[in-house]
Amino acid sequence: MTTRLVVGLDGHGSGERALAYAERLAKLIGDCELMIVYVVEWSPYSFQTAEENAQRHKRREEEISTATQRVIDPAVAKVKSSGITARGKVRHGDVASILIAVAEEEKAEQIIVSRSSEGGFAKRIFGSATSNLVMHASVPVTVVN
Amino acid sequence: MRFLKTLMLSAIATTGFGTMAAAQEAMTIDQRVNEAFAATTGPFVSLIFAPIPGTSFPWIVMWLVIAASIFTIYFGFVQFRFFGHAIGLVKGDYSDPEDAGEVSHFQALATALSGTVGLGNIAGVAVAVGIGGPGATFWMILAGLLGMASKFTECTLGVKYRNEYEDGTVSGGPMYYISKGFKELGLPGGKFLAIMFSIFCILGALGGGNMFQANQAHAQISGIVGDYPGWITGIIFAGVVYAVIVGGIKSIANVTEKVVPFMGVLYVGTALVILLVNYDKIGWAFGQIFAGAFTGLGVAGGFVGALIQGFKRAAFSNEAGVGSAAIAHSAVRTKEPITEGFVSLLEPLIDTVVICTMTALVITISQQLIIDPATGLYVLNEAGSAIATVNDVSGVALTSAAFGSAIGWFPYVLAIAVVLFAFSTMISWSYYGLKSWTYLFGEGKNAELTFKIIFCIFIVIGAAASLGPVIDFSDAAIFAMAVVNIFCLYFLMGLVKKELNSYATRLQAGEIRKFKN
Repeated sequence: MTTRLVVGLDGHGSGERALAYAERLAKLIGDCELMIVYVVEWSPYSFQTAEENAQRHKRREEEISTATQRVIDPAVAKVKSSGITARGKVRHGDVASILIAVAEEEKAEQIIVSRSSEGGFAKRIFGSATSNLVMHASVPVTVVN
Repeated sequence: MRFLKTLMLSAIATTGFGTMAAAQEAMTIDQRVNEAFAATTGPFVSLIFAPIPGTSFPWIVMWLVIAASIFTIYFGFVQFRFFGHAIGLVKGDYSDPEDAGEVSHFQALATALSGTVGLGNIAGVAVAVGIGGPGATFWMILAGLLGMASKFTECTLGVKYRNEYEDGTVSGGPMYYISKGFKELGLPGGKFLAIMFSIFCILGALGGGNMFQANQAHAQISGIVGDYPGWITGIIFAGVVYAVIVGGIKSIANVTEKVVPFMGVLYVGTALVILLVNYDKIGWAFGQIFAGAFTGLGVAGGFVGALIQGFKRAAFSNEAGVGSAAIAHSAVRTKEPITEGFVSLLEPLIDTVVICTMTALVITISQQLIIDPATGLYVLNEAGSAIATVNDVSGVALTSAAFGSAIGWFPYVLAIAVVLFAFSTMISWSYYGLKSWTYLFGEGKNAELTFKIIFCIFIVIGAAASLGPVIDFSDAAIFAMAVVNIFCLYFLMGLVKKELNSYATRLQAGEIRKFKN
């Protein structure tokens, strides 16, 4: 049976480290598929103007295509070039809950993310996506430094 | 809501009477504009606000209340049957995770609410209670509950017949459902009625949704910092609105869109705190509301006076039947147009039944309205037109005094809230007006820019001058929207019924499933 691993990318250099580690794991496992996910931060409970609402569908398409071109496609191509099967996905929502949901949908063995390099005031208040993920995931989570 | 109308205006006019008289000679141009405008638009205004013969009841209010009652019965009390389902939809229980990133039901509701919650909930209610007594609250709540069915009807149609363009943007609203719906039913005149609606909507947006807001915001600010020329407020407001709607400065819009709901919550929260502190008087206040609803408790016009004020204020406050909400709600992403109808029926509930009632209760409990201890009836003011109040205030000032009597610093917060509400209402109506404008003149950058600039110019005019006739006219235009919209809803309600029946059957059969538990 194919082992599936979910890799969460954040579009920064730190994501590359998670991907590199996932690649190594996949080679060790052998029959393994990587599910590479990029999450666009979005909340259905945010407040928007009527005009933003009217353009939302267009913006969403743009966000998905940008993330696919800049993050997902290069990552999938890179992994495939080293002989590992991989798929990519761009989703909107809360990073932690989306990664958990994808892992459950794909029946993945574990989730691999990098420890985000960004800090700052907002993160201190709201907690980081990574720690939320570690707290709530239903599968093992590997946090790459 | 924003159409606090003549009463409110006359209250403002009286307070500023001295300055007006002094400025009269200097303001000859304004005077002439006013007079010319009043002369040409007067008949239209009188027609819209004409009383039903033999009563003092404006027929337009009856028109809205009767429509709301008909929709309530026709859809079998949809506002109660599907209330729980509406909450589930807003919570996102039925949202497909694959659609994440699209406009959610919650967002569409919040956007529409930011357009309706505002001055009407604060000042309009004070006018109603000040004239009709606490009993007006009862009729206001009743009209709010009925209005939920009107919102349901128009918002379902708004989503069903919206235009979806190739670039992924959407445009919806009465002008689209009137023209497309009439065509579908093979009825003539759809295009003509849609154009009529658009014209009234543009006028309403420039008036009630703009000049009136600017005017009231200025009145509120100058009430606190002292009198200064209105055009200064106007230019500042116009600059900020321009930055948002033309400049696309997201940060300003983002700030208001976050601060306005916060203000709404703060307002309701403060009202709740005042009610909790005075919990022993809540029973008495409800007693006043019920007794007043059927006896009037001595108000001008007796219980009919209370009824008129209550119905009027609810209709003015939640805009059910006016058609504006259908424009705001139509951007939601859903495969079932009727789901947005369910969500929208929460709007009059939050706006009128919850927020307006809070204001009314606080005013009643604060005992700003003077009661004759011997008879238990309300004492009328010298003119006999309204209930006498402690400091002889009305409108925003009455609400402010009522809150201030319990929490001394709250009037300042209220002033900020009024200004922000006015601002968010302007942003919302600039969009409603814009959609009508592009319906008439076609979608395109230049057409949009033209309207947006006109809109900003009207802010300055609205804040600078006391344009009674112009504001009367724009109120009339907003209600003229309701005349066209409701007339058409009667023809189109069968289409909504079909959707409702089909959806209800599938919901019962379990075909419409929850994604979340």
